[in-house]
Amino acid sequence: MTRGEYKIAQKTSVFRLLKDKMAGSVMFTFTMLSVLLLILIGAGLVIKSLPILEEKSLWELLFTSKWKPMRGDFGFLPFIMGTLWVTVIAIVWTLPVSLFTAIFLTENSRSWVKKVVFPALDILAGLPSVVYGVWGILVVVPWISDSLAPHFVEYSTGYSTLTAGIVLGIMILPLMISLFVELFSSVPQDLREASLSLGATRWQTTKYVLLKKTFPGMVASVTLAISRAMGETIAVLMVCGNIVQMPGSLFDGCYPLPALLANNYGEMLSLPLYESALMLSALILFVVVFVFNIVSRLILRKIERTLV
Amino acid sequence: MKIKFVEEKVMKGIMLLTTLLVFLFVGSILYTIIKNGLPALNWEMLTSLPGGGFYIGKEGGLLNAIVGSLYIVGASTVLGLVVSIPVVFYLNVYLKRNSKRASWARLAYDVLFGIPSIVYGAFAFTIMIYFGLKTSLAGGIIVITLLIIPIFIRSMDEIARELPQDMLHASYSLGATRFETIKVVIRQIAPGIATATLLSIGRAIGDAAAVMFTAGYTDSIPTSLSQPAATLPLAVFFQLSSPIPEVQERAYAAALILTGIVLVLSLLGRIITNRFSKNKIQ
Repeated sequence: MTRGEYKIAQKTSVFRLLKDKMAGSVMFTFTMLSVLLLILIGAGLVIKSLPILEEKSLWELLFTSKWKPMRGDFGFLPFIMGTLWVTVIAIVWTLPVSLFTAIFLTENSRSWVKKVVFPALDILAGLPSVVYGVWGILVVVPWISDSLAPHFVEYSTGYSTLTAGIVLGIMILPLMISLFVELFSSVPQDLREASLSLGATRWQTTKYVLLKKTFPGMVASVTLAISRAMGETIAVLMVCGNIVQMPGSLFDGCYPLPALLANNYGEMLSLPLYESALMLSALILFVVVFVFNIVSRLILRKIERTLV
Repeated sequence: MKIKFVEEKVMKGIMLLTTLLVFLFVGSILYTIIKNGLPALNWEMLTSLPGGGFYIGKEGGLLNAIVGSLYIVGASTVLGLVVSIPVVFYLNVYLKRNSKRASWARLAYDVLFGIPSIVYGAFAFTIMIYFGLKTSLAGGIIVITLLIIPIFIRSMDEIARELPQDMLHASYSLGATRFETIKVVIRQIAPGIATATLLSIGRAIGDAAAVMFTAGYTDSIPTSLSQPAATLPLAVFFQLSSPIPEVQERAYAAALILTGIVLVLSLLGRIITNRFSKNKIQ
């Protein structure tokens, strides 16, 4: 290399390094901005719900059930109970279903079964929430009001807490199954073989090795599914009945937090305190989802590290 | 027969039943949507705007919602890609493997992914009010972009994390900078980008809660970013609440269109994963 060529090479390499650095800082900015979004959402919701938090105590807001925005009564209890009930119903029936399906997929089935089941789960996971709502109205609501409810209560419209729980359960089913499948697949094959070689059946192996080994991960997965279920809006809103009350039975209508937010957004601008109250409901959802997500993700990560 | 073998049989039976239950749900949903949607779906529904008496059951179609959805999904997918591809490169090429910073960022994206779309909608709406913006196409695009960025990043990152470090080192040893190495990386994660895009489109097109307050609803096709825009999920939602059967049928038609789009996307995703995973360097 002559001296001239060397200088040119040096110049281009400086230019290339500069480009590398600049691209790096652009990418860093994008990364920071997108992470900042999380803080921004939290801060925005807190600022917006401050007016009502200054006026009333948090205790009064969360644990009283009088909801008369025009008179200034904001008791969130019916909505919180609505959310809890619907979520609990959804989790209670999907937990065994998803657990058994996931065990079947990882422990017992041949590969062609997976090839059929996974695309079906894909479809279930991809369907928009309104489609679930339409299905709920056309199938679950009539089933509840005509077939199921008459056995238990005198009259139900079918738009009930139970309906919402059923529809919501199906929506979180693919998430639960895929989390469980991932969890079970991470258990080393050696452990299963050790158990089988001692004469245990497959189910015994599942019960004493797999479920025991993955218990913390299962708790984390369910926590994640709960946080997903709590925020689901449109499908639940379409079938839950939207009645502001403490659900007395499974066949009564209810009014979960996201539905409150979705139904009353347009009119809230006329009353500043009302707007603040609705923002508080968004903040409650945000905080619950935030905490549940962080806890379960950290547990799942720790498991990933110890098992693999 | 020993009790443990009975138990084994019973448990296997239960597992088979729950797996069949999953199929039953998928079948029932698809059957219901197709059975109710197909009779209501016709050419007019796809190609015309709502007419004068549309909401009392007279002539017209869903073109406003179809075009509105396409505008919002198209724009937000492009914007989402522009933001998230650099982030994925930063996390996987610029930062070292097992870096603390990347790990915190990934946790943040996991949480962002978990935040309900209604909260995104509420947040975006307050921001829009703060800046004095009305419900508009731009608002819808922005909120959907924010909503799908975590999905983009998470699913692309999953593929990018499996990149062999040797490949990066081979590129560096030839004198390439990290930025130039991206040319190598992008070829490896191209199928990941494609599937992430399909996933995001699916989520973007089906979301109703976030666009409800940000994009609004209108009977015409928006001609500028500041006009409100209709979307398919909201078309389903609003028309289903009408007491008139003809209007409800349109909701079923719109639900069928949405379902069809989602099915095509999920099929494409399968094809891409199957085709490209063959020539991937492990």
